[in-house]
Amino acid sequence: MLDNGMRVIVAPVRKLPIVTLLAVIDATAVSDPQGKEGLAELTAQVMREGTAELNGAELTLEFEKLGTSLEAGADWDSTVASMTVLRGKLDKAFSLFSQVLTTPAFRNEDVERLRAERLAERLQIIDEPRGLADESFSRFLYEEGSRYAEPMSGSSRSVSAITREDVTSFYESNYSPSATTLIMVGDLTIDEGEALARDAFGSWQRSSIAKVVKADSAARTSRASQIVTKSDAAQSELRVGHVGVPRVHEDYFPIVVMNAVLGGLFSSRINLNLREAHGYTYGASSYYDWRRQSGPFVISTAVQSEVTGEAISEILKEIDRMRSEEIGQDELTLATSYLEGVFPIRYETTAAIAAALANMVTFKLPENYYDTYRTNIASVTTGDVLRAAGEYVNPDRLQVVVVGDANLLTSPMEALQIGPLTVRDGTDA
Amino acid sequence: MRIPVEKFRLDNGLLVMLSQDKTAPIVAVNLWYHVGSANERIGRTGFAHLFEHMLFQGSENVEANEHFELVQRAGGTLNGSTWLERTNYFETVPSNQLALALWLEADRMGALLPAMTQKKLDTQRDVVKNERRWSVDNQPYGTCWEKLQELTYPESHPFHHSLIGSMEDLSEASLEDVAQFFRTYYTPDNAVLSVAGDFEIDEARMLVEKYFGPIPKGQGIPPLKKMDLPPTFGGPLRNVVQDDVSLARVYMAFRSPTFGSNEYYAASVTGAILGMRRGSRLYRSLVRDRQTAADATAFTFDLAKGADILVIDVTARPEISADQIEQEVTREVDLLQQDGVSEAEVERAVALIQTDILTAMQTASERADRLSMFATLLGDADLVNEQADLYAAVTAERVNAFVRKRLGPENRATLIYVPRDRSEADDESSAREAASA
Repeated sequence: MLDNGMRVIVAPVRKLPIVTLLAVIDATAVSDPQGKEGLAELTAQVMREGTAELNGAELTLEFEKLGTSLEAGADWDSTVASMTVLRGKLDKAFSLFSQVLTTPAFRNEDVERLRAERLAERLQIIDEPRGLADESFSRFLYEEGSRYAEPMSGSSRSVSAITREDVTSFYESNYSPSATTLIMVGDLTIDEGEALARDAFGSWQRSSIAKVVKADSAARTSRASQIVTKSDAAQSELRVGHVGVPRVHEDYFPIVVMNAVLGGLFSSRINLNLREAHGYTYGASSYYDWRRQSGPFVISTAVQSEVTGEAISEILKEIDRMRSEEIGQDELTLATSYLEGVFPIRYETTAAIAAALANMVTFKLPENYYDTYRTNIASVTTGDVLRAAGEYVNPDRLQVVVVGDANLLTSPMEALQIGPLTVRDGTDA
Repeated sequence: MRIPVEKFRLDNGLLVMLSQDKTAPIVAVNLWYHVGSANERIGRTGFAHLFEHMLFQGSENVEANEHFELVQRAGGTLNGSTWLERTNYFETVPSNQLALALWLEADRMGALLPAMTQKKLDTQRDVVKNERRWSVDNQPYGTCWEKLQELTYPESHPFHHSLIGSMEDLSEASLEDVAQFFRTYYTPDNAVLSVAGDFEIDEARMLVEKYFGPIPKGQGIPPLKKMDLPPTFGGPLRNVVQDDVSLARVYMAFRSPTFGSNEYYAASVTGAILGMRRGSRLYRSLVRDRQTAADATAFTFDLAKGADILVIDVTARPEISADQIEQEVTREVDLLQQDGVSEAEVERAVALIQTDILTAMQTASERADRLSMFATLLGDADLVNEQADLYAAVTAERVNAFVRKRLGPENRATLIYVPRDRSEADDESSAREAASA
């Protein structure tokens, strides 16, 4: 740790002459003020548009001449800025990287341009059935006004409301050495990494306090369903699930294994049923969206419109089966040996290792988290999986959202009796 | 940075590449068959890809979907993919599972057909039709690849039709087609096998000989139709498509030298100068300065036979019409053609490409895939180690020679996506936003 409170993690990986630099900052989308959702993301984006010394075009060019570019963005639980650079270009790139974090200019013209770009991106997201389904599902799942109900990068309305003052004030209150961990992975020593960090960031003095707001209130505790109309849709984009559990949770490992059996792998139940047995879809999966607060538990697929009702019934059957019968040893070991085995495959690159370390920082996972990961997976039993399904998959609270053709969907969905059905269409505006 | 490459060929014609790297206890197995959508016959578009799905439906010795299960149970990842010129299958597994991955690939190369049934074909046909709906029909601009290929390759050319195929042709595919395609193309002499990562050379060699050695050689591959094309389209080409999108988009494609040729590297660098990252010409000019575009990229398709295409892809800002964005792109291309590029632009592009080449080589799967690619398409796996130098040798002079020859009006194919005329456009777009926002 530097004297100013910034943490530094150096992981030497001597395979190829490259280094990944990553700063993870406790500046989160959950801290976006109400009505200005998307501020954390916009702040991260505008940050890389110029420093006191260089404007955005010049800065971009400086990075790219070094063969690299700076990526920056905010999610629910952190802001991450990162780049991968050849070892020979590290010193120069590191110096630019630190200037971006410590002396961003936030010029008004850049705020305005990027805000307009985000608004264009909004139109593209809702043109796209998958993006529309994901966002509609969150909006349906969480109580109005809770942060998780709004898109992570904001809506058209909220992004339009963001001003330069909002951006600078978000930076002032959320970015600081004590809120930042610098991670360096690749062809360098611990001493080299520490020296670089001290030289570039040692004199950075600021303080910030992250605001913690409850973001995960559920909209309701009983079943409900919604059709979001997309006329002439070639498929139904289907989302089934409910508010899940926070990332740091005593049953994290049983839940991960249970989900792998239910829908986390190609060979898991939901995919084998919907794709391989019925041919309803190109793919079906389930996941827990892990966040500091309770993110969604989602079963996600896109099915031929005509079989939407059947596909939902099959999903409900798989949920019931998961909760009512203990899985076989064979099915358990498929999930656990997969999760154990792919562990080194997931961390082949400096960027993947840096992201895994950032994950540890974001969720304050114990120092030995990755060392004990495989043992923790291996110790999950069939009984644990049944208990996890019983406690963390709740059929009485299931929420269903379908983006598709309302003419084809309304009667099959009513017939399923999956709670009150609402339809959002053009007249909702 | 050079990776080791050891090559040998089995008597049945299978070409094998081994590349050892013991830094992580994993190994990648990668098999390229030299067959893709270009090999499909008329009336069977999409078949090469449908066939790829069938390769996961079991064999004489493996149950349907057991291939997936065995590899995942071993702690590995796997998949397959189809492209115009090739189909590949790949696994990355813990080092001690090398034999399993090699056996599974050899098993389906040798003994696929006994497991094929009408029911499996029908189910996978439905899966692929849903893949088409998902990735093409229900996606904004989803038809762009099939429309670009239709526009830039003449109707008689094997690259004219799309890889996903038409619904009608998918419906027609029969079990007899499966058998015939398998016997013709899925033979050891039409494949390249690469193994990269942590393994012992002698053991890998022994396993490859044991599992793949007994598979008989094929009967020879029917020649592709004529692939060669003149260096330019010979006049402007144009297609305008109405789609359910909010933002207009322009694709501008140029007929371009084949992947791996000397001139290809100039074409590839031109793509990077125009549209790789935010410092590129199109991004800087249209997104940052003029603010007429929401996004801008450019890239080559990397086809190794006959002719490749270099493609510009620019999405308009909401207030910019299709006509306007087309003019914007045309102006940039005209400027490039008139004034050429500077040495500094080449250096920026090459620096980015070289970092990408090096970072890609971190993973065993990427090393194996590139070995297979260079061996299959260019007949020389060692080219994997030459790429950084081949890019470093590109000069502004070479780029400008390419630009002068290939970016003129007679070699531009423009595909334009226009937001569908919605009679109550404003109401609908605000309603759509309300549904999600």
